[in-house]
Amino acid sequence: MSEKKANLGKVFMNGVITENPTFRLVLGTCPTLAVTTSAINGAGMGAAATFVLLGSNIVISALRKVIPDKVRIPCFIVVICMFVTIIQLVMQAFLPSLYESLGIFLPLIVVNCIILGRAEAFASKNPVVASAVDGIGMGLGFTLALTLIGCIRELAGNGSIFGINVLGTAYQPMLLMILPAGGFLVYGLLLGIINALTNRKKGAAKA
Amino acid sequence: MSLILSSAPHIRAKDNTQRLMLNVIISLLPCVAAGIYYFGWRAALVIAVSTVSAVAAELIWQKLARKKVRIYDLSAVVTGLLLGLTVPPSAPWWMLVIGSFFAIMVVKQLFGGIGDNFLNPALAARAVLLASWPALMTAGYNVGRFDAVTTPTPLLSSASTMDLLLGNVTGAVGETCKIAILLGFVWLLITGTIRWEIPVITVASACLLGWLLGTDPLTTVLTGGLLFGAVYMATDYVTSPMNRLARILYAVGIGVIIVLIRKYGSYPEGVTYAILLMNIAAPLFDRIPVQRIYGHTKAKKEGK
Repeated sequence: MSEKKANLGKVFMNGVITENPTFRLVLGTCPTLAVTTSAINGAGMGAAATFVLLGSNIVISALRKVIPDKVRIPCFIVVICMFVTIIQLVMQAFLPSLYESLGIFLPLIVVNCIILGRAEAFASKNPVVASAVDGIGMGLGFTLALTLIGCIRELAGNGSIFGINVLGTAYQPMLLMILPAGGFLVYGLLLGIINALTNRKKGAAKA
Repeated sequence: MSLILSSAPHIRAKDNTQRLMLNVIISLLPCVAAGIYYFGWRAALVIAVSTVSAVAAELIWQKLARKKVRIYDLSAVVTGLLLGLTVPPSAPWWMLVIGSFFAIMVVKQLFGGIGDNFLNPALAARAVLLASWPALMTAGYNVGRFDAVTTPTPLLSSASTMDLLLGNVTGAVGETCKIAILLGFVWLLITGTIRWEIPVITVASACLLGWLLGTDPLTTVLTGGLLFGAVYMATDYVTSPMNRLARILYAVGIGVIIVLIRKYGSYPEGVTYAILLMNIAAPLFDRIPVQRIYGHTKAKKEGK
């Protein structure tokens, strides 16, 4: 029993850190670059993706013995679509401003490769509980990464974090950071830093 | 009698990075002087801040990354000077520092240091500053000689040809005085630092296309940053193609894009973006084979 728990913990941490979808697998880069103009957008996008990931992982894992192998992708997509539609309607009803700012990228979660990737690589091969944990882990990793990028871009490009002004009124915002180019810059620099840190850790472990 | 045995090459040129960069710095001095003459101490400050911070950025990076400190090759000085000369005299000091650090650390060092940057560092930094603080980067600077209204770029005003030639107009620190730029160009040609193709063909193709689209060629040359960009920015060794045909095509591309942006784009001036775009394309131009290898004939088609 304890062994299984340890495994679930590992599955969870796998999504958050070891195989962080944004920084280690470099999946789902389209929403990562597009919606992280502010911390709240990044967190909102992450939360929506996490919900879809959790739901689709559970359902696909439960149906994994029923779904014929040859048509598995269409089946996965239908399941994912269902959850995206749910989150879209919920967000439109209760968080209209976030719904507006995420725009087209909310329905585009359907084709987010993290979700399809986890369905294919994990949920279709593993039991329901593990798949649910994997979904939460991956979703949390995605959310943390998006929020981090969103914080940096909002701080530099608008002088605020989560809409609260931090740098004062004298700060002249660096507009580039909330333009698409800023997304690429911040994402690339963070990827570089994380790779450098990981390599240093590996080097230290070897020595 | 001692006999020295060595393999070829036996004759070496004296050129090295430091020497070439020194030539570029000398060629920039007329522009620096003209900038200070027209815009006063503020221009001197702008140039000084950007140059010092570029060298500081290089030094800090090379210390942090535990690389060999190579600030004495003067390439950072050139980057800093070029950046200082392409911003308005009213640019605040912190913007210059950010620009210099971006140029050296992100554009140059992160891509592998001198020789490996895929964009001209000074120009990329200028583009970043332009996108980040558009109002500060296009601000006119009133030095008293001009009327109360200063336009961001002479492209929009109707200054006399003589004023444009001498640089008695608003604009970036070093790009207004065309005479100074031409002096620098002559120096670069005499010392063999650059070849004539890129600047001349860039300007010529911009003039030709501008003329076809209804702009007086004189206006095309004398306004904005065309001349400065063509002489100092487009000719950067690292980001321009190597062989002759490729250089010519590269220069035509810059000229054409400048005119298209000026004429149809939403920005008044397009020199920065035109050169950056062609910088990215430069490695592709270099793949055009122009040199026939000695003894090599085209493969005959089979069946003939």
